Amino acid sequence: MTPMQTELPAPQLAKAPTGIPGLDEVLLGGIPAGRPTLICGSPGCGKTLLGMTFLVNGATQFGEPGVFVSFEETPQDLAANVASLSFDVPGLIAEKKLAIEHIRIERSEIDEAGDYDLEGLFVRLGYAIDQIGAKRVVLDTLEALFANLSNEAVLRAELRRLFGWLKDRGLAAIITAERGEGTLTRHGLEEYISDCVILLDNRVQDQVTTRRLRIVKFRGSAHGTNEYPFLLDDQGITVVPLSSAGLGHRVSDEVVSTGVPGLDAMLGLGGIYRGSSLLISGVPGSGKTILGASFAAAACTRGDRCIFFSFEESAELLVRNVGSAGIDLQQHARSGLLRFETKRPTSFGFEMHLAHMQRELDRFRPSAVIVDPVTSFRGPDSEVHALLLRMIDILKTRGITTIFTSLTTSEERVAQSDFGLSSLMDTWVSLVDIESNGERNRGLYALKSRGMSHSNQIREYLLTGEGVRLIKAYLGVAGVLMGSARLAKEAQERVEAQQQRDEVARCRREVGSRRAVTERQIAELYAEIEAQDAEAARLIAQDELREMAFETDRAAMGASRGVYGNGEDKSQPPGQTLYDTRARV
Amino acid sequence: MDDRYDLRLYVAGQTPKSLAAIANITWLCGRYLPGRHSVEVINLLDEPHHAVIDLIFAMPTLVRSLPKPLKRIVGDLSTTERVVLGLDIAARSAS
Repeated sequence: MTPMQTELPAPQLAKAPTGIPGLDEVLLGGIPAGRPTLICGSPGCGKTLLGMTFLVNGATQFGEPGVFVSFEETPQDLAANVASLSFDVPGLIAEKKLAIEHIRIERSEIDEAGDYDLEGLFVRLGYAIDQIGAKRVVLDTLEALFANLSNEAVLRAELRRLFGWLKDRGLAAIITAERGEGTLTRHGLEEYISDCVILLDNRVQDQVTTRRLRIVKFRGSAHGTNEYPFLLDDQGITVVPLSSAGLGHRVSDEVVSTGVPGLDAMLGLGGIYRGSSLLISGVPGSGKTILGASFAAAACTRGDRCIFFSFEESAELLVRNVGSAGIDLQQHARSGLLRFETKRPTSFGFEMHLAHMQRELDRFRPSAVIVDPVTSFRGPDSEVHALLLRMIDILKTRGITTIFTSLTTSEERVAQSDFGLSSLMDTWVSLVDIESNGERNRGLYALKSRGMSHSNQIREYLLTGEGVRLIKAYLGVAGVLMGSARLAKEAQERVEAQQQRDEVARCRREVGSRRAVTERQIAELYAEIEAQDAEAARLIAQDELREMAFETDRAAMGASRGVYGNGEDKSQPPGQTLYDTRARV
Repeated sequence: MDDRYDLRLYVAGQTPKSLAAIANITWLCGRYLPGRHSVEVINLLDEPHHAVIDLIFAMPTLVRSLPKPLKRIVGDLSTTERVVLGLDIAARSAS
């Protein structure tokens, strides 16, 4: 999970994994298997819990039974304290996977007379170990001996013998010790246990507690050297090795929707790249959370897992509020694709926030995340900037598409309150208030979008019952028209469109009637042609009749004159020639 | 029999400290508690589970189970006056 594991060579030393998330990575495998490990820290920083977790994990995950030697708490108290972490201590004891040896030393009940040693402790420990075949031992905390026995020389000699004895038996042992003034432990136990020393720290700064863990030394093994924040809560101990800033994350060409179609359209590719970051900055009430929720809903609809980190609203409040904008996050939460992580920014320190975030990311493995809003982190600018830088790195190295919302105040406008965030972001959408003509309107524009073309227009948007809706931009003489000016413009356009439609209809009617006129004229001309043809036919018929009458008359005249005598004219009827001639016409 | 002493001495094998403790308690009882004591010597190497009952961690340990309250004295019992003081022998003898 961390780069350390790949960068450093495989450990030579046999190790006993603690099973504590993150700690084994920092230790590159675990604590030394055959040597004692010293865990020191001030009261309440989790030494006992760490020891108990080591044993319970050993018994349940690694098949290594363990003995817990308690000098302070009774077995009942110990079991009760970890019961909330679903550690079944009595059950493990019954299965002989765990044994608790309570060594109660009460100064008032003990007198010292003469020379003694701690052989009784050895006998008891050896007996308990042999009973369950233990591979792991926790001694919590040996310093009770110093508080209750006066002969320090004997104690020191015996402790030295004890650690040698543990080593000889090849046990992985954790010895807890109180942090001393200026030294690691109050009684200098680090002189005897020097193979592996882990320091737990509980620092309070500005009334905020941050738990940190550091491997002070680890002989024979490489290890993470930083101070690592760790969480101590209902999930037990989680060490969070915050990986350093790296730019070696995967790059995706896939484009995902922002959940707002109009905004997608403004961004050249129809959305943002998967794994990129989108900053939405805006004034109060500009709908940043609704945009974030739109993205969450779109991600879940795609089937992506999504975490909504809300630093201002509780999950219920958030669901209700964005529900009024028509975004149903409840169904996605129910289906298990969406999770809410709501923490007050002041509830713990920056480190813990990061640690918490990283743990949730590693546990839920979302591919989309909303951080709402980043500006709720208060503190010195440099620290907040470092926090956000690391937050972005954590998200980017995991290839998570992220929406950050950022609150700007009206006076500051952009670039002031973003903690230099903008340069880390791939896409920046700014929500602005535009006040003109005595009203306030919402405008949205893409300030930048790496790797894609994008609209340079300020677009008006509305928060409707069906989510965020972008409205066509109107450019007027004085700039973009919004609100009632836009409505007036829209009304005007509607009138103009109606006029245009009327005009077209009128033209269409006119053309129709003209066509009818022309067609009528054509019909008349045809009728005229027909009339002329008829006239011509009538004339021809008259002419024929006349010719025939003429021939008849001539024949009759000839007969009357007695022309028939030479006989040559008889072969052809006299009218035939006339017919031929007319047919040729 | 109010002033009867029931004592248990825990030792770990035949170490010099064990032997010294056994010798010392035998002498002490003979001197201060003649006829009203019982001493049980328990070798933890043979019976390690006994250590849990009497909360033993140091060797040798003398446990006074009677008279109440329970008392523990660690060491080889070579400083007689401290043992006498620790077992309340002087006070009880005087009363």
